[in-house]
Amino acid sequence: MSAPLLIRNARLIDPSDGSDAVGDLLIKDGVIARRGSANGSVPDGTRVVDGTGMVVAPGFIDLHAHLREPGGEDKETIATGTAAGARGGFTTLCCMPNTTPTIDSATVVEFIARQAADAGSIRVLPFGAVSRGRSGVELTDMEELARAGAVGFTDDGNPVATGHLMQMALLYAGQLGLPVMDHCEDHSITRAHSTGSGQGLGVNEGWVASRLGLAGYPSAAEESIVARDIALLELAGGALHIAHLSTAGGIAHVRRAKERGLRVTAEATPHHLTMTEAWVLGAHGRGSPDEALGAASYETRAKVSPPLRAETDRQALVEALADGTVDAVATDHAPHTFADKAVPFDEATVGLSVLETALGSLMGLVHGGALDLPTLVQRLTAGPASVLGERYADLATLRKGTPADVVLFDPDESWVVDAASFASKGKNTPLDGETLVGRVKLTVAGGEIAFDGLAS
Amino acid sequence: MTTRAPVEAAPGTSVAPRRHVLDLDDFSASEIHVLLDSAEAMREVLGRSIKKVPSLRGKVVVTLFLEPSTRTRVSFEQAGKMLSADVINVGETGSSAEKGESLLNTALTLQAMRADLIVLRHPHSGAPYFLARHLTSTAVVNAGDGMHAHPTQALLDLMTMRRHLGSLEGAKVVIVGDVLHSRVARSNAFGLAASGASVVLCGPPTMMPLDLLRPGGTPSLPNVTLEPDLDAAIEDADVVMTLRLQAERQAAGMLPSLREYTRRWQVNEARMSRAKPGALLMHPGPMNEGVEIASSLAHGGSSQIEEQVTNGVALRMALLYQLLTGTEERP
Repeated sequence: MSAPLLIRNARLIDPSDGSDAVGDLLIKDGVIARRGSANGSVPDGTRVVDGTGMVVAPGFIDLHAHLREPGGEDKETIATGTAAGARGGFTTLCCMPNTTPTIDSATVVEFIARQAADAGSIRVLPFGAVSRGRSGVELTDMEELARAGAVGFTDDGNPVATGHLMQMALLYAGQLGLPVMDHCEDHSITRAHSTGSGQGLGVNEGWVASRLGLAGYPSAAEESIVARDIALLELAGGALHIAHLSTAGGIAHVRRAKERGLRVTAEATPHHLTMTEAWVLGAHGRGSPDEALGAASYETRAKVSPPLRAETDRQALVEALADGTVDAVATDHAPHTFADKAVPFDEATVGLSVLETALGSLMGLVHGGALDLPTLVQRLTAGPASVLGERYADLATLRKGTPADVVLFDPDESWVVDAASFASKGKNTPLDGETLVGRVKLTVAGGEIAFDGLAS
Repeated sequence: MTTRAPVEAAPGTSVAPRRHVLDLDDFSASEIHVLLDSAEAMREVLGRSIKKVPSLRGKVVVTLFLEPSTRTRVSFEQAGKMLSADVINVGETGSSAEKGESLLNTALTLQAMRADLIVLRHPHSGAPYFLARHLTSTAVVNAGDGMHAHPTQALLDLMTMRRHLGSLEGAKVVIVGDVLHSRVARSNAFGLAASGASVVLCGPPTMMPLDLLRPGGTPSLPNVTLEPDLDAAIEDADVVMTLRLQAERQAAGMLPSLREYTRRWQVNEARMSRAKPGALLMHPGPMNEGVEIASSLAHGGSSQIEEQVTNGVALRMALLYQLLTGTEERP
């Protein structure tokens, strides 16, 4: 058990009660022991941290991370992924079931719990697969998975393959009180132009794709499955969660469904909120049709599914995050090896390593005036907790007596991304070398120090 | 023969010599002009009874072709050999690519063997850019990458047009067929825009880049217009270039039938007669005679198809010479 920790004179933002005030926070015996007042005794051996100018919030909750274990340990392990999460201010990671073997049995859920316990860092909550082997045919044993610790179901990486399977999943998971998360991609559109590489499309349909001679991934491929799923939610009930929403059209479907009172939630990633398709041209997001391509073009580190979209989509996504149509920021952290990305674009795997840059990227929206800080904190904490359900509400509060999952960050610290120094095995980010403003300084999970960046 | 145009560099600045040829989007009009002049000199070498000069003796050129090709590979090989370079051909089969070696490791291996230049043909767009990013001393020439670019084909097309039209300024060039998948069309669009020609794209809407069909969007190609009706597109054209139709496009649901394609977009005598008198008919090859081009036309008087092939060797000689000696001087 760590020594008691007192953070003094920090801006305490607690989305569970809407409070936002400068004060102190005392952590002792794994729980939040005192908050707000500068009075009261300080226990012997307490570590005192000056939080002046910094923010204290509940630890961030990521609904969507690929930790790759079991089966993809060259890309990431639960130990390296949770270390990366802690450096990013996260105290809970929901890991995706596209592992080998798939998270489609209690055995794999239990294996993940054991690896997470051995890593001893932050909390890992697995999503189970919707279908056995994520093959889109038979439902998994959802009740058994839930009993073992699965917090929801998804075939992420793939969409839930058919409308019928989605309907059955919503009915069955709905009775268990768990959400069905969908990666909304109409394969009949995105797989029509096969590149023969076995990898998915990773660039938005539009002038950038066309300029590069790459098959484009149209917005319609997302929008049509979002619309399908919402129609099925209305039919079957249950709870639907839209993964990594990326299009203005998809946002409009979700907004209308929420207005009609349907139980749909949605997440957006830091990269879709802050970057556009132009990043695939290289040159860190700059570039116009009048400019020649160069050796930095075909930036495989910006290849992701769904792809980085047009600026109009990005703006719509930021608005949706601000107005609550998007409930949560989720990273879709997708670590890959150097060899996975050091290939021609069509052959590259999809995904970015995100956990360690998420806050710095998102603070750009706050510094740019597009979002206020308490809203951002809500979307990183109480927002995702609400997707998981009432029993996880205590993960997103600074209330006295709750488990001490806490992050301390400096909203104004400027730093340069150095992917080589990531705790994650995945160095695959186009942000390498970029300057971000906003940096995690301390992460406390269950009262234990999971990351300490105050010395550096 | 045409005279060399002055290089458009500001006084006091020097233009770094080009290291790679990846596409024509970074070529100026004068760079194209100078290169074509050099290619004309190379055509003269091609006409000699002893077709060999010692200009590139001691240079190593590797053709790395990871997709089937006859004319482009042989054309590069012949161009290198006529300039006395040592040309080594590496293909998909019989090489370590077959054993699953990555493109990066293959290229790094060739660089470590001190290859001066790699000519790359690859099924995936952007592969030559990827090599250019990772190779520190070996030059890269794009011999066709996926659906993206084929700059030496476009340069030989420009050479063929210039030989017959004199200047491309104000010329009307119609490109007919599967533009969406065509690296030839894309590279030609850039080269023709730089040369002052206007380009009309014509073909099925299922084979056009969507960004070009969308009004008000950002178009991906410079200075092109669309005309789906071939009879209208071809009116007063100086050049008609028809593209190869891949048979698998019909199976992929992009075409109702070859019969309907032929009826609407085949270039035939009646349609050619709407172009300017003496208009050129071009095709990058290999042809599907009777599909995108009527057989009688393919071997008729306006056809430049064999001329294109001859010019291709001369153009590639000029290009290898420039890249490997750092000068446009003629041998």
